[in-house]
Amino acid sequence: MTAWFQGLLGYGFGWFVATLILVLLIALPLMLAVAMIIYADRKIWAAMALRRGPNVVGPFGLLQSFADGLKVFLKETIIPSGANRGLFIIAPILTFTVALIGWAVVPFGDGMVLADINVGLLYMLAVSSLGVYGVIIAGWASNSKYPFYSALRAAAQMVSYEVSVGFVLIPVILWTGSFNLSDVIEAQRSHVFFLNGFAFNPLLFPLSIIFLISAMAETARAPFDLTEAESELVAGYQTEYSSMSFALFWLGEYGNVLLMCGMTAVLFWGGWLPPVDWAPLYYVPGIIWFFAKILFFFFVFSWVKATVPRFRYDQLMRLGWKIFLPISLLWVFLVSGYLLATKAQCPTDAGALASIRTDDEADRFMPSCRSHMPNLGGRDRAAGDHQ
Amino acid sequence: MIQAFAFYLFAAIVIASGVLTIGARNPVHSVLWLILAFFNAAGLFLILGAEFIAMLLVIVYVGAVAVLFLFVVMMLDVDFAELRAGVARYWPFATLLALVLLAEIVFALAAWNAGTIVAPKASPTMQDVSNIELLGRALYTRYVYIFEAAGLVLLVAMIGAIVLTHRQRSDVRPQRVSDQVRRRPEDAVVNMHPGVGQGVEL
Repeated sequence: MTAWFQGLLGYGFGWFVATLILVLLIALPLMLAVAMIIYADRKIWAAMALRRGPNVVGPFGLLQSFADGLKVFLKETIIPSGANRGLFIIAPILTFTVALIGWAVVPFGDGMVLADINVGLLYMLAVSSLGVYGVIIAGWASNSKYPFYSALRAAAQMVSYEVSVGFVLIPVILWTGSFNLSDVIEAQRSHVFFLNGFAFNPLLFPLSIIFLISAMAETARAPFDLTEAESELVAGYQTEYSSMSFALFWLGEYGNVLLMCGMTAVLFWGGWLPPVDWAPLYYVPGIIWFFAKILFFFFVFSWVKATVPRFRYDQLMRLGWKIFLPISLLWVFLVSGYLLATKAQCPTDAGALASIRTDDEADRFMPSCRSHMPNLGGRDRAAGDHQ
Repeated sequence: MIQAFAFYLFAAIVIASGVLTIGARNPVHSVLWLILAFFNAAGLFLILGAEFIAMLLVIVYVGAVAVLFLFVVMMLDVDFAELRAGVARYWPFATLLALVLLAEIVFALAAWNAGTIVAPKASPTMQDVSNIELLGRALYTRYVYIFEAAGLVLLVAMIGAIVLTHRQRSDVRPQRVSDQVRRRPEDAVVNMHPGVGQGVEL
């Protein structure tokens, strides 16, 4: 598509137009997905509490989120007189923007990625570390004590869990040998013992659990939603917000949750690869597998929200620093040791790389070598077309 | 063209937000301008083709250091009158510092333009290798001892900070999760059958 626009409008401008269209192609369905996922979240939560959940607006209440959105849109935006006006307005915009820009590097299918950059994973880390600013700025700019408490909690919580997320990602990077998210998925085709890496990787599995829990803490979802603990802080940093500025926080939060579910799928569960290595499953387009995995992990998020009571603050810190950090540090040693002990270094010359055709041959080398092997027989390798 | 545009955009924002960092009346605004400066500096690194350093700048400085800055500054109760009195007292010294820095920058630029002493000007080579890989090769082969030493320095700093702030308190009863998990119903519950008119001795 980029090439077509470049032929039509010239190199630079064509690229600009094509990228803009692709951005809209990701952002607009994402907004729709967020609206539906809020509905799904409420339905799951209701089902687990033996309630009906939203069932009035539209068939099965499917249009509930849109009705809520319209209602919020028509409300008056109230800015407290003591608030810091500029920052008060910037904060929700920042949260929302940060939730959107992370999707730029997510590979939806083979080659279906907006920005196929070689530091994709670091970009994700950077984006997720920016997420805290919306909360901190909102809490401070509101000039009110509960939002401020919330901002302080958010700052400490996110900095703490960033550390454990960072250490969880190191074994993944060791395994895949690349920061590029498409290569990360490709490297998971390698086998651990006889198990296929993207169906179930026993070495990375404990880390995927830690990552999922840390993701809940990073996105301040229940049971780690201390930043908006209604029994203590009214609504936390959102207390003074109303109308669209409130809705932006809401959208940003769910956008972040979806992004984290997507990251769990990409980093540990093979992204757009089917759940098990069985030939007929490859006929289903990769993007459908990817969305199915995102929805599954979102279900886990809702499940946890519906069943687990909120953590106390010291328990949250204990979990992050005293449990997750040592375990993930240990796993860095374990994974690097396994790779060094069982896998050979990549062959350096092109001829040796080209001679590798089957999965068994490729498994002798580091998983990261797979993206350099041109003739490696992947069943769906030719399926996805590059943009 | 687009590179030049991006460069001037990022550079202008870096300088403007740098000036505003110093000029902002509210210290929280100062820190936020500083964060904007970091962010745009990362953009400049991207233009240079150093995407790894750009991302590290965002992760480390914007994501962690500046958050803690903000954390501290938000809780400070700053007296502006006192601050202004401080400016009047310290400006000669501050000007001297600024002049020294300016001179150093001019010297460094001049020396760099004249060529380095031992080797030709360093520039990224090998277009097909990502700069993470190149950095890794340099750090873990040629500079491995210095790299490890840097890690040790950080470890010492970390231990120092822990030693300075750690205190043992005997008057608190912290939660012991293992005790709670190990506790069984038979440790906690006793089934009693007191006769009529008799109480229970605990």
